[in-house]
Amino acid sequence: MTILSFRSVTFGYTPSRPILQDVTFDLHPGRIAAILGPNGAGKTTLLSLTLGWLSAWTGEIRLAGIPLKALSPREHGQRMALVPQAEHTPFDYTVLEYVLMGRAPHLPPLEMPSAADTQIALNALAQVGIESLAQRPVPQLSGGERQLMLLARALAQLFPSSHSQLPNYQTLNLPPSNLSTFQPSNLLLLDEPTSHLDLRNKARLIQILRRLRDSGVTILMTNHEPDVVLAFADDVLLMEAGKPPQFGALDEVFTAEALTRVYGIPIRLAQVNGHKQVLWT
Amino acid sequence: MNRSLTLLAFALLALFLLSALIGRYPAPGFLPLDRLADDELAQRLLFNLRLPRLITALLLGMTLSAAGMVFQLLFSNPLVEPGFLGVSQGAAFGAAFAIVFLGGAALVTQTSAALFALAGLGISYLLAHRLRYGGWVLRLVLAGIAVSAFFSAGLGLLKYLADPLTQLPEITFWLLGGLASLTWDKLLSILPAVLLGLTVMFLFRWRLNILALDEQTAFSLGVPAGRERLLLIFAAVLPTAALISVSGMVGWVGLIMPHIARRAFRADARYSLPAAMLLGGIFTMLCDDLARTLLAGEIPLGILTSLFGALIFLALMTFQQPKPH
Repeated sequence: MTILSFRSVTFGYTPSRPILQDVTFDLHPGRIAAILGPNGAGKTTLLSLTLGWLSAWTGEIRLAGIPLKALSPREHGQRMALVPQAEHTPFDYTVLEYVLMGRAPHLPPLEMPSAADTQIALNALAQVGIESLAQRPVPQLSGGERQLMLLARALAQLFPSSHSQLPNYQTLNLPPSNLSTFQPSNLLLLDEPTSHLDLRNKARLIQILRRLRDSGVTILMTNHEPDVVLAFADDVLLMEAGKPPQFGALDEVFTAEALTRVYGIPIRLAQVNGHKQVLWT
Repeated sequence: MNRSLTLLAFALLALFLLSALIGRYPAPGFLPLDRLADDELAQRLLFNLRLPRLITALLLGMTLSAAGMVFQLLFSNPLVEPGFLGVSQGAAFGAAFAIVFLGGAALVTQTSAALFALAGLGISYLLAHRLRYGGWVLRLVLAGIAVSAFFSAGLGLLKYLADPLTQLPEITFWLLGGLASLTWDKLLSILPAVLLGLTVMFLFRWRLNILALDEQTAFSLGVPAGRERLLLIFAAVLPTAALISVSGMVGWVGLIMPHIARRAFRADARYSLPAAMLLGGIFTMLCDDLARTLLAGEIPLGILTSLFGALIFLALMTFQQPKPH
């Protein structure tokens, strides 16, 4: 089974100038995949195509076997959530109110979120470890806290509609096995999740994303930092301007030769204390 | 949160009852209840003059505040008000046009103002589709500015053409806004549009939070933002146009009340939208009470809402601590 498949997808913003050419890959459930490549290679564009926000010129995108175009906006929203790179908030929402908006795809247009939805939102905040910020106004958050809040909103969004599976708020910080409430067809998209974070918050985010993967969520993210990708991606989609991207497991695709070619500067991989490191200066 | 809203609703109800009794008959002040029982003139005054006017003031305040809140959310901009998409200037032009060229009968002026207000929105919307600059929100704002300027030029021309002794004062009074000539007929003619708009806005109150997000984010949350935004723009403009057509220009309510509602309650439109409706109703009823009782002659309502709106705005900005950002 594949959760996301691209077949010969071509796309560009202006006619006759394609940015993505002949993109084909299959993403399997329960993996963390990174879209890696230099600026302007089309990483975010590929994420927007997956979201259905942009439509491919040619080719087909399927989500868990279903063509993307056959899904309604609400069905989209229940199956896949986006953590954008930055988001403009002009009003003083509290963190909890903001995360609660993630329940929108599970509610008909005129229905208000229920107490169960509030529990799900609190639960999502607890999963990313910022439940103490629930009543804080969003504009007062630091960049790292904001990123975690957007991730919590995405988790609240991916949580299933049937409230029978609702875990008790008290039983939160439990081992990952107890958090496997997500459906295997859930896809979490992140646009440059680590770019505004300091080292500590990067480590924290990576830990949370790993735990989510272990609880069954498939993760697709763009990233322009090879060392972050090396740290925790299972699969890599290596983008190169004007050429079809390479997709495969980290060890196969993430090689010194490929990186040197894609970025146009000499890049080496070294072993430090048993961990691979990227050397680029 | 719900308790504060209930309290506010009771305050509004109490003010409504008091406002019905306050006036300048038989003497400035409250009409004694025992007098109401056996004075036929007092009964007719209350039922035929004060009541339709009071209900219109209430609906005007509720609608302008709710529409202002909806627009501020849809455009992610706390500085827009319900008339800015060519609606206010369109209505002003329509009223002046009817006064100068169509004889200026009350019903004709009202219809013309309502039609041109909606035309202002329609033209802004069509123009926004043709603009080749910026995103959807920015294009709509730019188109609204252009259409407003166009109508205000037309209004200037009409004022220049108007008979300075009869027509010009009428245009001026219409622009100052007021509910002095309100009757049950006028109120009933706008009531369906007003109730429809208010209901739609109220029902969508939680959803509005999502429509205030970036377009791509709203899409990722499974909300077809384009379609729903259009629906809510109409739900906000339709009752606004209907009310402006009978009240003339009544400014500042739609800009200030949403701010107060957000500060006093919270940003979540589930609470701030009903709060804005209640606060707007209270504010406009109070201003209209003053407009008809303070002096022996009527004070135009638009002057009072602008005056007190500006004072409240300054007080808010001066006395509240700035929030850290």
